[in-house]
Amino acid sequence: MKQSRTASLFAATLLCASVACPLFAQVTTVTIPPDIRKLQPPAPWEKIPVPPLHAFHPEQPTRIELKNGLVILLEPDHELPFINGSINIRGGSRDVPADKTGLIDLYSQAWRTSGTATQSGDQLDDLLASKAANVETYGDIDSTSVAWSCFTKDEDQVFGIAVDLLEHPAFNEQKLRLAQQQEIAGIVRRNDTAQGIAAREAAVLVYGKDSPYARQPEIATVMGITLDDLKGWHAKTVVPNNIIVAVEGDFDLAVMEKSLRAAFGGLPRGPAWPKPSGEFAGPKPGVYFVNKTDIDQSNIWILGLGTTRRNPDFYALTVMNEIFSGGFGSRLVQDVRTKQGLAYAVFGNYGASFDHPGIFYTIAMTKSATTVKTTQAMLKEIHELKTEPFTASELASAKDQLLNSFIFHYDSKDKVLARATELEFYGYPADYLTKYEAGIKAVTLADLQRVADKYIDPSRLAILVVGNQANIGTPLTALDLGPVRPLDITIPMPAAMRRQMGQQGAQ
Amino acid sequence: MTVPCLAQSLVQNELARFEKRVTVKVLPNGLTLIICDRPEAPVFSYFTMVNVGDANDPSGESGIAHMFEHLAFKGTKDIGTTDYPAEKIALAKVEETYAAYDSEYRKRVGRNPEKLKELKAQFDAAEEAANKYVIPNEFTEIAEANGASGVNAETGLDATQYFWSMPSNRLQLWAYMESDRIANPVPRQFYRERSVVMEERRMRIDSNPIGLLEEQFLAAAYIAHPYGRPGVGWMSELSQITATEAAAFHKKYYVPSNIVIAVVGDVSPADLSMLEKYFGAIPAGPKPEPMTTVEPPQVAEKSVILRMPTQPLFLEGYHRPSYLDPDDAVYDAIQDIFSNGRTSRLYRSLVEKQQIAADAEGFTDFPGDKYPNLFAFFAVPNAGHTPEEMRVAINKEIEKLKTTDVTDAELEMFKTRARADLLRGLADNQGIAQELAYYQERYGDWRQLFLQLNKINAVTKADIRRVANKIFVPSNCTYAMVEYQPPPKPPALPQAQPSPGPQAPAKGGAR
Repeated sequence: MKQSRTASLFAATLLCASVACPLFAQVTTVTIPPDIRKLQPPAPWEKIPVPPLHAFHPEQPTRIELKNGLVILLEPDHELPFINGSINIRGGSRDVPADKTGLIDLYSQAWRTSGTATQSGDQLDDLLASKAANVETYGDIDSTSVAWSCFTKDEDQVFGIAVDLLEHPAFNEQKLRLAQQQEIAGIVRRNDTAQGIAAREAAVLVYGKDSPYARQPEIATVMGITLDDLKGWHAKTVVPNNIIVAVEGDFDLAVMEKSLRAAFGGLPRGPAWPKPSGEFAGPKPGVYFVNKTDIDQSNIWILGLGTTRRNPDFYALTVMNEIFSGGFGSRLVQDVRTKQGLAYAVFGNYGASFDHPGIFYTIAMTKSATTVKTTQAMLKEIHELKTEPFTASELASAKDQLLNSFIFHYDSKDKVLARATELEFYGYPADYLTKYEAGIKAVTLADLQRVADKYIDPSRLAILVVGNQANIGTPLTALDLGPVRPLDITIPMPAAMRRQMGQQGAQ
Repeated sequence: MTVPCLAQSLVQNELARFEKRVTVKVLPNGLTLIICDRPEAPVFSYFTMVNVGDANDPSGESGIAHMFEHLAFKGTKDIGTTDYPAEKIALAKVEETYAAYDSEYRKRVGRNPEKLKELKAQFDAAEEAANKYVIPNEFTEIAEANGASGVNAETGLDATQYFWSMPSNRLQLWAYMESDRIANPVPRQFYRERSVVMEERRMRIDSNPIGLLEEQFLAAAYIAHPYGRPGVGWMSELSQITATEAAAFHKKYYVPSNIVIAVVGDVSPADLSMLEKYFGAIPAGPKPEPMTTVEPPQVAEKSVILRMPTQPLFLEGYHRPSYLDPDDAVYDAIQDIFSNGRTSRLYRSLVEKQQIAADAEGFTDFPGDKYPNLFAFFAVPNAGHTPEEMRVAINKEIEKLKTTDVTDAELEMFKTRARADLLRGLADNQGIAQELAYYQERYGDWRQLFLQLNKINAVTKADIRRVANKIFVPSNCTYAMVEYQPPPKPPALPQAQPSPGPQAPAKGGAR
């Protein structure tokens, strides 16, 4: 089992440190006249036949809506003797009060580790491990979930545990404390890497410090969360009309339907979970700086507000993204990485989330001495989205990339189910993928120009640099974008804890 | 006992099913092709495994295997150029001017700054001239415009691997591209790519506490074998690698007999003749000689302390033999029992019971598995706890393993999970391609993917104690720790001005 290590995030980072991927990658904006090939005989690869792709219409999941509003999606797949399922519940970290920030992290950990009314979490661990099965609970920004995976023969028992966790959780004090401790271990380490700092502060700049999309758990908020908070959250969210159950694998459709109806049919309907709302003003333009003295590379993030997928311009923006920064084929990567050799990691995206505006980001990591030069190159590429007309060959290439690889959105049954679950969760039509494909196909050069004009506004961007002030050389004021605002990233630490940590401190 | 027997028969069924779907062909030039028919969707994934990694980097050229991997995306004699014959001449000039610059640059005594500047200008001009012929990134452009997904590569210390997925009507196009870049890579824009890789090193190691800890730890744990060198290379050596050296490396190691390629998905044995046409055309070459260096037995316990402004970490390792050792599966068992999930010993002891660590685990095959390597332990102390506490607690668990048999339940859990992990891994084309190529390359037979379970099933409690007593001894141990040290007082920013904005709290002295 050489290839299948079970490694935590930490060890995974460690193990990958010696592996190097050229992915964050490469591309071309035609510095060579685009038609040069046409003047020559066809290149060898252009002579290779590309036959029509075999027809492929994967079966969509069976959708069942129970009387109490719970939705079930079933996708049988008999290739391997496993069953994988998830119970997805609306409501997540964006929905908790500010002074309880961190609640969902603690809830989703203690939920599973505490166990159920009849079996402790430790007992469940032993039982499931002996069957090479999993039942785990998760928390996210807009949802929580229970997921299970097991051999077909163990389905009744393992699914039973998942349902038991849903209906009879036994949140206990000891496991809550363990979760708090782990959460705090993460908080005191959150300034240890430049990338971690940048990702966190970027969200703060775009959404605002107190926004549910940016706020951070602090030691004080984590310590203030009680068992009653966990129980209260559970009671409030576990309501069938806010739940989607998705199952994939080696089962008989009718048998599975019966089993799920029996498990969930009796849950009483509750209030519908409110739709997300909020004001999104975008970042306050300017240059922001975090000084980190132990690194010799700057993380540069240029930030603005993105959009949602409901925006009719989403398709044109997606094609624009592909030209700007997609895969190996973009203007940004071409210039900053390939032509100038300034960065290994460089990427960008006009972000579009399902139900709230995403982040428009352009990111590069470069040695301290080329911080300003790289920032200028990135800004130039953003600016040129408006001033350098998109070419027909850029449009064609971006569409080819998006459409020819489109099948990888649904080339296996678990992907088909995952897409369908996502659409159901956010209330998008089931034929969304078909619409998406048509939407991309319809994008014109005029559309690209229009969305670049409408959505790209360099005057509304914030620039965040996490770097080593002493080595940067050319000061950030040379960007000519006003004063540089230092960001305070000190981790607030209760006095008692500061004493306990003694010499170790926390930055 | 019915559970493991049932799972075992499932594995046997899978092997039988794969026997019907897998075709292996060793081409006359020595290249091994594996195809596996899995026709669920009209797509395929491939995995090219070249049996060379950064452990094979010549002395003074650490990082070259990885550097070459980057080069493999730069195109070929046909792809990525407007005029290869002219470009070839221009690239020769680049090498010539670089060599002149380099030999002046490396002078320890009597380096002439004026001359160096002039030579650099000549090199820059030659690079500029060669760039005129480049169609940048055309190789990846063609792949992606044809629907390639997950285009990437990895260089480890043991091997270099290339992979992506594509719609299956592009199988022939892929065979053309992959065989062309193996046979005919062109070192275009080499020196700019070298700058990119230097940034990669800064990101992964120089600006990353865990990367730095790992590098220092391995450098201490190994005194002879190249597992002690960072895969990405030491900055001084990486920054002086030349395209000429990369070409020599390619000539020696990228020979067909050193390459296994697996293709999985909507492919069939009928495609073999087409594939053979492309891959069979790669010129044969002598198989590279095996490495002579064997890490000598460790004779002294070693420790490394890094004092940095970062939270504490702990890493410890013990030398073990390579994957070919008869006890290989025993190390897998020890890894599983120490680390697999919430039932594992390190989790239950350090995380749950003593509550001194946020995470703790032991893992084998570090930093590779082809050569004798390390069984390592990694722990992340909780706030207020020290790396030394991790060391003590881990050593207690090691002692327990040496003196007391593991339980029946633990051993059975390991075996059941090994079977389940194997089967779960058979669910996607890319994963299957990787496994088939790996086992074919390492054992000369992809069936070992399934047959390794026999070794796993044979592991006994006595084996675990025996192996633990053999390797977990102080003279075989190296440990490294990060201890927190406050950063120097930051200099006041000249431009620093408090901002009234709520989004930019500017209290000064930011850390």
